[in-house]
Amino acid sequence: MTVKIPYYPGCTLKATAKNFEDTARLVAGVFDYELDDLYRWNCCGAVYGLSEDNVMHKVAPVRNLLRVKEVGEKRVLTLCSMCFNTLKRANYYVRKNKDKLEVINAIMYLENTTYDGSVEVIHLLELLRDEIGFDKVKKAVKKPLSGITVASYYGCLLLRPNEIAIDNMEQPTVMEDLMEALGASVIDLNVKTECCGAYQTVPRKDLVADRTNLIVEEARKAGADLIITSCPLCHFNLDRRQKEAKERHPDFHPMPILYFTQLMALAFGFEEEKLGFKPHYVDPRPLLKERGLL
Amino acid sequence: MAEQEVLNKEEERKPQAKMVPVFIMGQKYEVPEGSTILNAIEYAGYQLKKGVGCREGFCGACATVYRLPGDYKLRGGLACQTVVQPGMYLAQLPFTPAQKAIYDIDEVKPDITTFQKFYPEAFRCLGCNACSKVCPQELKVMDYIQAIMRGDLELAADLSFDCIMCGLCTMRCPAEMAQYNIALLARRLYGKYMMPKPEFLYKRIEDIEQGKFDKEFEEIMSLSPDELKKRYAERDINFKIT
Repeated sequence: MTVKIPYYPGCTLKATAKNFEDTARLVAGVFDYELDDLYRWNCCGAVYGLSEDNVMHKVAPVRNLLRVKEVGEKRVLTLCSMCFNTLKRANYYVRKNKDKLEVINAIMYLENTTYDGSVEVIHLLELLRDEIGFDKVKKAVKKPLSGITVASYYGCLLLRPNEIAIDNMEQPTVMEDLMEALGASVIDLNVKTECCGAYQTVPRKDLVADRTNLIVEEARKAGADLIITSCPLCHFNLDRRQKEAKERHPDFHPMPILYFTQLMALAFGFEEEKLGFKPHYVDPRPLLKERGLL
Repeated sequence: MAEQEVLNKEEERKPQAKMVPVFIMGQKYEVPEGSTILNAIEYAGYQLKKGVGCREGFCGACATVYRLPGDYKLRGGLACQTVVQPGMYLAQLPFTPAQKAIYDIDEVKPDITTFQKFYPEAFRCLGCNACSKVCPQELKVMDYIQAIMRGDLELAADLSFDCIMCGLCTMRCPAEMAQYNIALLARRLYGKYMMPKPEFLYKRIEDIEQGKFDKEFEEIMSLSPDELKKRYAERDINFKIT
């Protein structure tokens, strides 16, 4: 029987990272899960506010958690690492600071209910690892990804701070384990938890291009063919800034950057048109064709 | 006796309606119970040249803010639709200054980039919902801004459809945007580029232009009033649009 799991999309998953959402739906469907969009949602808050007493910046994420509670659900699934981080940290904050939760509930007086910290925020990677299990993932593979070597890039948002981390914050392995279950070779990327440059991509393209250069080159040196991520912002920086990286570093070689769900959908046998490769700046198709996967 | 007559006449002159006290811009007035805020302000002697319009709740010109005794909430409404309550503190807003982008609707795209260009402040929305709290139309103002922020113009057009552009949301927004002008752009884009086209209407216009109904129209025009009434009474009201 299909399990409907409440799903908080976030703005990017409905716009530039549509291919992440589409492939995540395919992947979830393989295990009889259906991502059920919240009937009403707003911005996650995009970047968790570090000021402890500025509750206004926590209203947006908490309102989304209230939406989950409002429909009688106990957990909410996210795909975007930024949404995951902002929602889970806001949840952690209101659980620890009941007085602040009271203030936020008072601001949200138009709502039919109040929030109480009861909702769990989970990431798709956690669902795959802890509930579905990588053994099941392995069994669902129709086209093993043998022949490609994958570097997993986590960035910061899935792992920091430690209170919300989905894995060991210094040595995460969840994405490597997942890729091994799909039959791919994996490498241990030494910079997998380092910063991609984040929103500096707007005012300081040069700085982000240098980060991209570093991360891609480290992956190449370790023998990777491509890099996977779960964060649309990391994806944007690592993929799109390869243009500037090439301009600044003549020896730079392009490398495809994929969402982990795209590789899963590929391994589960979905056809090429459903994998959402078109929006990529660095087209992964030549590599995948060369390795006999497309 | 003369003194008593004067007193009696004064009694007669007293208004028959029960009066309630209100504070208009800090000054106390007694106004008839059941008055709208607009009527109360005019009863008190103010002549409104701005901040008043259709007086029927449609035009959105008479945005007003008020507080009720013992309640911290700053409330908003339309002065022509909101009935005074005893002890109400009120003020009439003459106008809402708001940024309004100039664009050529034929040259803008129905997607998020148009809003990033013309109304970048929309993306400062904090999700506080102050806009929805004050909306006299009870619209989900924050939700339609959020829909625009993720490029869902259909939802934004739908949620903002009943906006009368009174400006109260704009006066309360901590992100300092003009929600109603942003929503207007969303509805224009949706209407021009995304809404299903009424093909039957185009066909009917073509028929009319080709003179398909000229003969019938001439016939109708030649009828006497009595014949017209007869035709009207006998008309088929269950016709189907084809």
